[in-house]
Parts: sequence; structure tokens; C-alpha cells
Amino acid sequence: MNTSPCHSPAHLARRTLLRGAGVAGISWLTPLADILAVEAEAAPKGKPARSVILLWLGGAASQLDTFDPHPETNIGGGVKAIPTAIKGVNFAAGLEQTASVMQDVSLIRSMVSKEGDHERAFYNIKTGYRPDPTLIHPSIGAIVCHELPEAKIEIPTHVSILPNQWPARGGFFGAQYDAFQMYDPKSPVPDVKARVENKRMDRRMEGLAVVEQAFARGREANMDQTKTLHQISMQRARNMMSSDQLKAFNVTDAPAKELNAYGDTPFGRGCFAAVRLIQAGVRCVEVTLNGWDTHANNLEGQATQVKILDAAYASLIRDLKKLNLLESTIVVCGGEFGRTPKINNVGGRDHWPHAFSMLVSGGGFAGGRVIGATDPQGEKQAPEKPVLVEDLHATVQDLLGIDYSREVMTPVGRPMALSKGEPVKELQAHA
Amino acid sequence: MQHLVMNSATPSSNWLLWLRNAAILGALTVGAFYGVAELLSPPVAQLKSDPGLPQAQLVDIQRTAQAVDADFAKTWAQQQLQPTAKTDDLTLVRRLSLALTGSIPSLQEIRMLESMQRADVPQWWLSHLLSDRRTSDYLAERLARVYVGIENGPFLIYRRRRLVDWLSDAIQQNRPYDQVARALIDSNGVWTTNPEVNFVTVTNQMNKKGPDEVKLAAKVSRAFLGVRIDCVQCHDGKLGSTWKQSDFHQLAAFFGQADFTLNGLRDDPKQNYKIRYLGKMEEEKVPAKVPWKSELLPATGTPRAKLAAWVTAKENKAFARAMVNRMWALLFNRPLIAPVDEIPLDGPFPAGMELLADDFLSHGYDMQRLIRVIVGTQAFQMSSQSSDPDYPVTLAAENAWAAFPVTRLRPEQMAGSVIQAASLSTIDAETHVLFRIKRDIDVNNFVKRYGDSGEDTFDDAGGTIPQRLLLMNGNMITSNTSNNPLINASTRIGMLSPDNATAVEAAYLSIFTRRPTPAEQTHFTSLLATSKSRGSRSIAMSDLYWTLMNATEFSWNH
Repeated sequence: MNTSPCHSPAHLARRTLLRGAGVAGISWLTPLADILAVEAEAAPKGKPARSVILLWLGGAASQLDTFDPHPETNIGGGVKAIPTAIKGVNFAAGLEQTASVMQDVSLIRSMVSKEGDHERAFYNIKTGYRPDPTLIHPSIGAIVCHELPEAKIEIPTHVSILPNQWPARGGFFGAQYDAFQMYDPKSPVPDVKARVENKRMDRRMEGLAVVEQAFARGREANMDQTKTLHQISMQRARNMMSSDQLKAFNVTDAPAKELNAYGDTPFGRGCFAAVRLIQAGVRCVEVTLNGWDTHANNLEGQATQVKILDAAYASLIRDLKKLNLLESTIVVCGGEFGRTPKINNVGGRDHWPHAFSMLVSGGGFAGGRVIGATDPQGEKQAPEKPVLVEDLHATVQDLLGIDYSREVMTPVGRPMALSKGEPVKELQAHA
Repeated sequence: MQHLVMNSATPSSNWLLWLRNAAILGALTVGAFYGVAELLSPPVAQLKSDPGLPQAQLVDIQRTAQAVDADFAKTWAQQQLQPTAKTDDLTLVRRLSLALTGSIPSLQEIRMLESMQRADVPQWWLSHLLSDRRTSDYLAERLARVYVGIENGPFLIYRRRRLVDWLSDAIQQNRPYDQVARALIDSNGVWTTNPEVNFVTVTNQMNKKGPDEVKLAAKVSRAFLGVRIDCVQCHDGKLGSTWKQSDFHQLAAFFGQADFTLNGLRDDPKQNYKIRYLGKMEEEKVPAKVPWKSELLPATGTPRAKLAAWVTAKENKAFARAMVNRMWALLFNRPLIAPVDEIPLDGPFPAGMELLADDFLSHGYDMQRLIRVIVGTQAFQMSSQSSDPDYPVTLAAENAWAAFPVTRLRPEQMAGSVIQAASLSTIDAETHVLFRIKRDIDVNNFVKRYGDSGEDTFDDAGGTIPQRLLLMNGNMITSNTSNNPLINASTRIGMLSPDNATAVEAAYLSIFTRRPTPAEQTHFTSLLATSKSRGSRSIAMSDLYWTLMNATEFSWNH
């Protein structure tokens, strides 16, 4: 079993190295960043993607008030439409910036899920599988870390920024693949500063070795690797504490202009940090924007969230492109399901897993394409050209060069494909 | 507010208040120094009268536990597993304290138990804990997570705190569990004066009149019957499940008449539950029907009263099994059947389950007896470690309960243990209210950062990086282990121990509830021996505390 999937167990004293070279710290969009970026070289055309950013619109964004508006119909709900960079494709007003980057983004308007409950649907959209009482499936970020281990990075390579109740999990790959959770990047990552000097720390660790030996007696020899992960995660935590890559989590030293382009919101800062983390070599970052569950006053509720999303999403795509990272980084944006065409008696839209929208970009996804369509009258439940949740997962894994159909053995002894879907070739640039 | 105004108007009462606080602080300080010396010197017994059961009852309980042991022994023989030996008394005391109070025992308690010199220390300790408010409060909190989750729920019509207190009272008084369940399912009135109605009112949804039938059906079936019938909410069962979508909604229909009025929760016969089934075009009225053993449903009464009677009927054994499985999980940190709320209706059942369920049923759903029976089993009392290092405990042995399972402590158990280990005396209902408030705040902050798993699940997830960071560098560990002669045990033990060996032993007892091995004793005693000044000695003690709290042994139940 590979016990340090996303980390090097042999700790490099990177901090000392850099200090010796007279390097003060990370700097946004300067050659200096290249020194710290472990593996941020741009992928040549057709080369598999190497990292993923997932932007979750938690609570379920309404497709009708974002990427699939049907204004002036009886399901329009008062939404106004604006044109996008894709000819003939309109977005809801408020998404002007996102509309302007659509040449680099493709749109799926026919996502279909079978889960209409937030928790179950989040499980489904993050893992590509429906909840199963006998085992927990790994989320896409955990699969990426498991399949594409990264040796040169000291910070967690699976990160969840502003997680809701259901952050990405390692599932049957183990808790070491769980996403590292952090909140508004405005504040520093907590508890990463040692409270005592090195000499005392060494003394503490020496004592710990004696204590661990006593506990291990008469127990499974590899209990730490197979079960407790205690000493392993402690070592990883210590590597992280002394790593200069930690700076990628911090946005406070960024030039105000660049940061503000993302919007002065926790989600905006989360997206900004996501770019920095990807630049530093992180495999998968998820950023969550909650507040889309508009069972009442849908129009206003969606518009408020759209404003936060628009600046952050468009800036993220633009910056990834500027940094030559878009070709190697997949960006997926959407909710766990959509919202009903019918407006309820308190002006809200309820849960609707039958047809919703998702933006996909970068890492080999084509730009400027649209797949699927929903009924403008809201009468037909099924969309044209449906894309199942598992198909989206297969597509993403395929672009990362992962054999999505490969079966892995689960702890319950049942072989399980990494994804049971089929890639949507229409969405891939080089298919 | 009124007090503040009065105080500012009369300066003399301000002055008196100050004097009183100063006196209390002074007394606490003196008491603290006096108390610690007592703890480190030969122990002084503080025996309360034996709170135990009559001998005949204890014998009867042990008889059931032995029957369970024989059941397990058959499994072990089949699988050719050698169970581990019985563990020592202090380890049992630690397991009991963690399971029942959510914290490790204090040094004060350990000294008291050791001074008793009786053969049945764990048994005495269990009786003591069952009469201790910490136990009923902690178990009530764990059960409340099952019944209403951890969210604060709809404002105005939901009071979680009141429900937890009500449950705690019920556990303290050892109210039969079927009565508790019936009250939760079928009670009327206002959420503040009748705390049990919060079970229903928590499900109230915005924009929807009355409680949520679907959530209630899911909760009743999972929490009280150990059945996940909610999986068929949207369609008939798949993958071998025989449940129909209608089974679930007919169960939900028992809550169709529950409604909120000015007088609180009540049933309105004019209302009913409607649903549009998969594949149907129209909503239809759903009759209230139970998914099995419909002959147990009474003919009369409100729908909720009928449901409550059916759930708790003696012939409906799923009810007893669900509690057995949960209580087993609370005591072992792992259920007999996993997941804890999915027990097959018709078996097959693992060793122990049917015997324990029968005993629980035939003794009037006596929860304290159930705890005593489980604690009396060989499975609970055996070591988690093999005595022969050449044949260590295997995963198969652990899974078959042939060794006590090593499981991760829950976040609140971790927090409670850190705080308790840092204080030499017991933090309980007798502790000054200010300390208890501070403790609650500290625990909440810690649990939030450590990662609260929300519902009462029993997964065996390993440790994570944020957890290690929190234990290595977090505020709680730092402030509880640093040099602070007024509050922290590490400093006080260092200052007052007659010699280094006693100091190391006191730290081990406070944190691990055991004495150090010779290798451990040598290592830490020699470290202390090189610290000559008072300052460096205090630092060495602080490092020892930090080290023990960062060990696997502290984070895992064993």
C-alpha cells in the first residue's frame, strides 16, 4: 500500500534551501513563482491534464437563472438573458464576465442525476456513484491523488476550500486521501506554526518514539499504515509545517488589484488561492459557494450568488490562461442538481435533478461548445443529449490520462471501476 | 441588565462583589496546591457508599453475559481464533469513562479507585458512573444526535437543549426505553414545556405547514428499528432490497396529521399525507400502514400513538435489536452490526445479538442493565493487545471480537480527555460553574477544528493532517500543557512530586490511565533528571505532557 500518496515522506528542507538563495517568498505572476512551482509546466497539446479545480455551487444553482435561461416563457421566472462569446448561446444577466470567457469554456445543459437530496446528490456528483450503505466511494480529487501520485510536494495535494458539510473524501482509498479543509484564505492556515523551538521538538519526538513502541507491542505490525495513520499523518503535518509551499495558501500578500478582480468575497479569495495552489503543484482543489437553495424568492437569491460567482469564475479562467496553466488544469463548475422549471407559491424553485447545467474548461476540454438542451416550456423532463453524472467523471478521468474503467478492489471485496460512465468525446478538444 | 444598573448605582455592592471574587479565587488557589500534594502522596480514599446493585441481580446479569460469551466462543472456535486475555482494571476504568462520560478518568479518581483495594473495581466504577450526571448527560447527547442530529433546527419551535436534558433525566432515572421512544414519537404540546416533542418539531420546514413526514419516517425506522427504509423514498428497492416505495410513504403517513397550533404539536384528523409515486401523474392520499407485522398495530388511537405502540411492541424485536446494536457501539466505539442503523429484520445475526436483545426485552427495556450485561462480557473485558508479541492481534480477531477493537476516539472524547488530563481533579457536576462553562466552550472550539462527524456514526477513519496539526500546535494543547502553576497539571506535578519517577508516573496515570513501562520510565526520568532548575523542569514536564497527548495511544480507544 502506498502510504504517502500525495507527499514525499523524505522531507526536503526547502525553506533552508530557498533562504540560502536569497529568496524572500512567493510572488504573484513573477518568475519567482516558477522556482516554487514544483511542476507547473504547461502541458503540450494533447498531453493529459494534471490537475483539477472543482467549483461547487452548493444548495444547487438554478440552471434557468444561470447558464440555461428561458426568458419570456412561463418558466422564465423574470430572468433576463445576455449574449455570450458562443454565438447563439445566452446566459442570465449578471454573468457578463463569465459570458466573455466562454471561448475557453464548454457548457453542458443536459446534466442528469438521479439524486434529489442535497447530501446524496453531493455524494453522487463528487464521486460519480450513488450512495451505497456498504462502502464509501472516493471523490474525484481522491482518485486523481491516488492514480497520479505526486512525490515532490509537501503540502496536501487535495484541498477543499470553504467546504460545506460534505467535503471531498478519500472513501475506500482511505482517509489519507480526504481533502485538506481550509476556510477563507484571508486568514492563515491554522496550527501550522510549531510552538517550540527545534531542539525541544526533537526531544518531544524522541519521547514519542519510545511511547509508540510500547503501544505497538502485541498489535498488528503495520497498524499505523493500515489503520490509525497516526504517525504517517503526523510526519506529513510536520513536512507541511516547514514547507515554503505553505505560502500558496495565503492570499494576503497578493496585489490588491489582482485579488479584487475575483471579488471581495470568501469564494473569490478561495478561487484565487485555488490558482496559487495549482501553481504550487496541488492536484485537486474544490471551492464551494453555498447559498443557492432558493426554495423561496428564487430570482433574488440566485442573482445574489451569480454576482459572487461571475467575478471569481471569469478571473480564475483568465488567470489560469495567463499563467499557461489552463491547458493542464481541468475546471468544472456546477451544483449538485438543478432547480424546477415550475415556480412554487413562494416564488421559489425546488430540487430538479432531471436536467441541469455544468461548465467545463481547460485540461483538454474544448472551448466554446454546448451540449444538450432543455425544453423552453419546461414540459419535457428529459433534456436532449443527456450527460449522466458518471459520464462527466469518466470524461474528466480520461482527460487526466486515467484509465477510468480500471477496476480497483474495495475493502468489501467487490471490484469497482474508477468510473462506470463513458467519456463524452464531444467535449474533448483532441478526441 | 437590571443587576448592572443596580451595581453602578451602588458602589458599595461593587466592592463587595470584588471582595467575594477575590476570596473565592484565593480559596481555589490554596485548595489547588493543597489538593495536588494530596494526590501525589499516598492516596486518601474518598469512598462513597457502594452504589451497586444487589448481589442476586449482579449474578443474573453475569449469567446473561456468560451466555453471550459462550455464543462468541463458538464463533472463535469456528474461525480458529484465540481470544486475547482479560485486560487490567485501569484499562477497563478508562474504557468505561470514555464510553459513558466522554472523557478519561481523572488522576483523583484513579487514586481513589486504587485506594479501595477491592476485587471488583471496574464493577464498582460502572455503578458509580451510572449514578453520575456526567454519564446521563453524555449518553443523552449521543442519543440526541441520533434522534435530532446536531443542527439547531427551526428557530422558535425547536429547543435541542431541552430535549437533551429530558433524555438525560430519563437515563438518570433509568426510564424504560420503550417509554422514551413512545414519548418521542407520540407526544403533544409546546416544545419548551414538553421537551420530547422536539423530536417531531425539529423536522419543520420553511414554507411547509407542519412537520416533515418523510424525515420522520426515516428517523423512526433508522433510530428505533435499525432499518433504512428511507432508501426507497423515490423508487422501489433495488439490489436485493424487497422494500417498496409505498412501504416508506405509508410509514410517513403516520405523521400526516401532526400539526402545529398555538398549543404546540397536536394531531389534526382533517389532515392527511399525499405523495406522487414514481410513474404516476397525480398526487394520491397515502394510508398509514406499517411495513411488517401489521397485526401488532392497535385498532384505535391517533396515527402517531398507533405507530408508537407498534414500534415498541414486544413482538417487534427490531426495536430491541436497534438499541442493543447502538449501546454496543457506544461502549465499543463500533457496532455489532455495521452500519449501526441497518440491521437485517430476519437475520442472520452475529454472535451475541439475539441473546442481548432477548435479555433487554425480558427485562423491560432496562438500559442500565443492558450496559451492565455488555460490560460484563468477555468481549468488553479482553485486552486489545496480544500478550505474545510473536502472535500479534490480527484484523480478523478484532473483527470477530476476539480482541478489544482499537477505534478512533470521537472529537468530543478527545477534547474532554485533553481538558481532564490537564486537571488533576475531576471535572464534573461539582466543579465550579465557571470552569464548566470554559470547558464547554473549549470543547466546542476543539470539536469544530478536529472535525465533527455530525451524526453518531462509527466509522474507523484514520487520523488526518489537520487533526495532527491541532494536537501538535493547537491552542488547547498548548495552553493545557504549558507552564502554568495555577491551572495545569504538568506544572503542578513537576513542582510537587517528591522525585522524578513519581512525576512521570503521575503524568502517565493522568493521560494514559496506566503506569509507564520500564523503558518509558527510564527515558522520561532521565530527561527530568537533567533539568536542574525549576524552569527547565517545568519545560521538561510540559514536553512530557505534549508527547503523551500526541501519541496514538491517546487518540485511540483500546
